[in-house]
Amino acid sequence: MARITYIQHDGTKHTVEAEPGMTVMEAAVKNSIPGIAAECGGACACATCHVYVDEAWHEATGSPAQIEEDMLDFAFDVRSESRLSCQIKVTDALDGLLVRIPEKQI
Amino acid sequence: MAETVIKTDAVIIGAGPVGLFAVFELGLVDIKAHVVDILDRPGGQCTELYPEKPIYDIPGLTIVMGQELTDKLTDQIKPFGAEFHFNQRVETLERLDGGFRVTTDLGTTIEAKIVVIAAGGGSFTPKRPPLPRIEEYEGKSVFYSVRKMENFRGRDVLIVGGGDSALDWTLNLQPVAKSITLVHRRPDFRAAPASVQKMMTLVDSGDISFKLGQVTELHGEGGQLRSVTVKGADGTIFEQPTEIMMPFFGLTMKLGPVADWGIQLHENLVPVDTEKFETSEKGIFAIGDINTYPGKLKLILSGFHEAALMAQQAHKYVYPDKKLIFQYTTSSSRLQKKLGVR
Repeated sequence: MARITYIQHDGTKHTVEAEPGMTVMEAAVKNSIPGIAAECGGACACATCHVYVDEAWHEATGSPAQIEEDMLDFAFDVRSESRLSCQIKVTDALDGLLVRIPEKQI
Repeated sequence: MAETVIKTDAVIIGAGPVGLFAVFELGLVDIKAHVVDILDRPGGQCTELYPEKPIYDIPGLTIVMGQELTDKLTDQIKPFGAEFHFNQRVETLERLDGGFRVTTDLGTTIEAKIVVIAAGGGSFTPKRPPLPRIEEYEGKSVFYSVRKMENFRGRDVLIVGGGDSALDWTLNLQPVAKSITLVHRRPDFRAAPASVQKMMTLVDSGDISFKLGQVTELHGEGGQLRSVTVKGADGTIFEQPTEIMMPFFGLTMKLGPVADWGIQLHENLVPVDTEKFETSEKGIFAIGDINTYPGKLKLILSGFHEAALMAQQAHKYVYPDKKLIFQYTTSSSRLQKKLGVR
């Protein structure tokens, strides 16, 4: 189990427990976390599960693959810490992960 | 606009897997169909969102890719000769005596005895970047598509994005526009390498300008853009003068004009019965992801089932005097003839 904390744009925090193997997007959707639209259902084909990974977790979550980087072009206000949460697989090593949800998914 | 009116039995709105299979089920009961889709090819979400992603729950196919399933369905429905109208969206639906008239945004007019809405998550429409007050500029100086190149003649145009749409319009508008500025968040592009190469050449020759960054604000009055604020990749902020902006952030699904056709809706879905998959309006059916009923599952296979049952009722409207005898494709020589296998 890994605990993941999602911080909304307004500062509201939600912490959920995620099973290793699922994605950070799936953990959000399963727990009805607002702000993760995941329109394409995790196919890396929209950009509506965009999150900012907290600096302390950059290394553990890794960097986006080519297809994810391409899809990030469709997100708004993309930063160096931007990821698509459907592309981050939960592992025990991510216990405590902190991600911020952008003001808007487009 | 006084184009010829197409007269047919059925008009299917949406060429996704369920819309395609509806052609098959309607064809088996001798109902001819025309299919309209906003995209430029069949497949809907299957080809737009996950052409190369596997689908595991199509009965009989252990694994199939979105594109592959679309190709197989397209092949399967060939005997029925449905006509496709791509790149257009059905805007209006009017009731006629004994049928309906639908008109698309390209002016195609189809009169049919029944309408099948197989529009999935809705029609694919360009994403609107959440820039403050962007609505005021849309249609005046912010555009998501080019209907007439002439409207861009002699204008300063800013194009945002790094995919094929952004690059194609950069290249196509360059000879027409007064100036083209391409803004993209990174130096890499998803577009076809040949387009990227052409764009780079134009940048080198000084015919267009390329800026790394993201647009954060719009400036102007009365819907007329004067400039935009761009946040550069290195964090620097600058203002870029322009008359027109074209943002290309991909597509999203919106219910669209279906909401204006006088059909009962529930949370952006179309309620139907589970016997005929008919909407609140007689002769208008809704199948696939766009409909709702108790226990509904948004699965392609559910849509296939819905198409089969819909066709039974559709037959009653198209051939009110004929009795439909249920037959199997395996054993019926009449069905096999229609399929061209006998």
